[in-house]
Amino acid sequence: MKELEYPFDSSFLLQKRRKLKKALLADGSARMEKRIAVLGGSTTNDIVSMLELFLLNCGIQPVFYQSEYAQYWQDAMFDAPELAAFQPDLIFIHTTSRNITEAPLPLSASEQEVQDALERQYTHFTQMWEHLAATYHCPILQNNFELPATRLMGNRDGWDCHGMVWFISELNRKFGQYAAAHNDFYIHDIHYLAASYGLDAWHDNSYWYLYKYAMTLDAIPEFAYSLTRIIRSIYGKNKKVLALDLDNTLWGGVIGDDGQEGISIGQETAEAEAYTEVQEYCKAQKQLGVLLTICSKNEPENARLGLSHPDSVLHEDDFVAIKANWEPKDRNLVQTAAELSLLPESFVFVDDNPAEREIVSAQIAGIAVPEFQDPADCIRVLDHAGYFETTTFSAADASRSEMYRANAQRAQMQQTYANYTDYLLGLDMHADIRDFDAVALPRIVQLTNKSNQFNLTTRRYTQSEMEQVAADHKHIRLYGRLRDKFGDNGIVSVVIGEISGDTLHIELWLMSCRVLKRDMELAMLDTLVAECRKQGITAICGYYYKTAKNAMVKDLFGTFGFTKTEQFENGDSTWRMEIAGYENQNHVIQVNEKEHQQA
Amino acid sequence: MTHEAIMEKLNEIFQDIFDDDTLVITENTTANDIEDWDSLEHINLVSAVEKAFGMKFRMQEVSGMKNVGEMADIIAARAEEPKPKKRGLFRR
Repeated sequence: MKELEYPFDSSFLLQKRRKLKKALLADGSARMEKRIAVLGGSTTNDIVSMLELFLLNCGIQPVFYQSEYAQYWQDAMFDAPELAAFQPDLIFIHTTSRNITEAPLPLSASEQEVQDALERQYTHFTQMWEHLAATYHCPILQNNFELPATRLMGNRDGWDCHGMVWFISELNRKFGQYAAAHNDFYIHDIHYLAASYGLDAWHDNSYWYLYKYAMTLDAIPEFAYSLTRIIRSIYGKNKKVLALDLDNTLWGGVIGDDGQEGISIGQETAEAEAYTEVQEYCKAQKQLGVLLTICSKNEPENARLGLSHPDSVLHEDDFVAIKANWEPKDRNLVQTAAELSLLPESFVFVDDNPAEREIVSAQIAGIAVPEFQDPADCIRVLDHAGYFETTTFSAADASRSEMYRANAQRAQMQQTYANYTDYLLGLDMHADIRDFDAVALPRIVQLTNKSNQFNLTTRRYTQSEMEQVAADHKHIRLYGRLRDKFGDNGIVSVVIGEISGDTLHIELWLMSCRVLKRDMELAMLDTLVAECRKQGITAICGYYYKTAKNAMVKDLFGTFGFTKTEQFENGDSTWRMEIAGYENQNHVIQVNEKEHQQA
Repeated sequence: MTHEAIMEKLNEIFQDIFDDDTLVITENTTANDIEDWDSLEHINLVSAVEKAFGMKFRMQEVSGMKNVGEMADIIAARAEEPKPKKRGLFRR
């Protein structure tokens, strides 16, 4: 819904909340339900009602629990029965500088006394986080602290250990260290958010005195959106691709008319400097794992000419796909998505031309099309919209672009083989298929939470849930890593089955679409069957739960040789295979060679 | 702005906040007359009214207003007063 895309009109959202919610609920889209417990140190009602709108807009149907006013600590530490019964999927602790109890200290306090106070304040929170993590095994979101509205000592407040500004900064640093050392714990950075909003405007104290709101009402939509960025990233709803226009988006001017020497890029003019920073921003996103593509109305040779400008930060090989032609842009975007085995809705389309933006957002459901006026504005909008919020970061993210480029090379090689099996053999594929281990776990969680298409059950797991599965002897778990002559694809497949007597029930089977049609799923099945035999299991039951996106695997178990045991009207189906006569089906991938050599 | 015009504008805001296009308010309307008008919706309502009329209620007024008529009276009175200066350079 356009009204809920960044940048939004906060007053409008507050005033039209009921109407917007009705419209969202009536749009017929499928949403995943998430149970969110909000433990507040101040009033949380409008935060919850705004958060609800933003989450509904990104495919999440929230169910909320709110603690009684300012009861966050009691609810967490004394196991409120209502909270326990609620069984949260995620806990958000909404505390602010209003909840700091150990500061400020009098100027007479010694440095040691101040440090002790700081430690007491910090422990007040860590005790709670640890208790919550041990009790609920779910992601925890925690605000850090915003700077105060006023400074008793003025500028000295920031460096003198008796100052509130100093105390808050130190506390925030400690919170950050905790986040760095703990999985499934996320800092909601209201220190940044309040500063970005403007501290004077943020701290409208009448809202505190009248309603116990820790910020002005108008800041609440931005606050809720900022939270939404983290939540949608945790649940795999981030965007994946930046599809960029060229003329007047990545450089000033029109390359076809102005020529390479005529476009604005570099440090020579104000305009050129702005476009250079846009390119630098995109390049930095690429290094975080965002895929870059070009979608431009241009001759292909002109696109290349612009990108080979000596001052251009981005080069041809920074992009995983380049579409420079005169076809409608929506068609180009859909085609690029198909080539990359991604969904068009995972794209962010960046174009200076409002007419192009209009067409693309009308034609492609779910695509993000940020509105901006000029290149300086462009970076801020892209950044604050938070399409690529980085809650986890793995080595695979850093090299994702290379993997997609290697895929393009594979596609070229395929054309030189008449026979598909010969092509697969020519790829020289090697797989490691193993039980979960601590190093692989973050990537397993990440892949599990964002795979939509090749995913039989679309079950999502938090880091803590996955750790529990990994430690449970009633489960068989496999992850698969695939490399070939063009490069390492990293971890691309995850299978989890639950043992019940002599039967294995497949509760998760997924694969990254970048290794479709490589027989990796057969290699996974072979290994799974071998593991079942080791454990005396004689049959495997498979489940297909239909979603809007996973039609490609509706007959997967059938192609594996399973028999369909039930077909439901909603499209779901169940399958079963006795493994007594099973013979290996993968003949093109070498699996777990190191172990074989050792044996 | 006449009292009538104020009431008309207020009616639109009430319709928005409570998402009810048929809602008609009078001078005597109170929170008891509108089902969804609780203390939390009151915050939203007050803020929307402030924005629409470009004014701010004082704290004792927010909790002291007896009915819509009193709200309109305060808006009318405030329109007569000189506008306070904006606080701070970065105020939105």
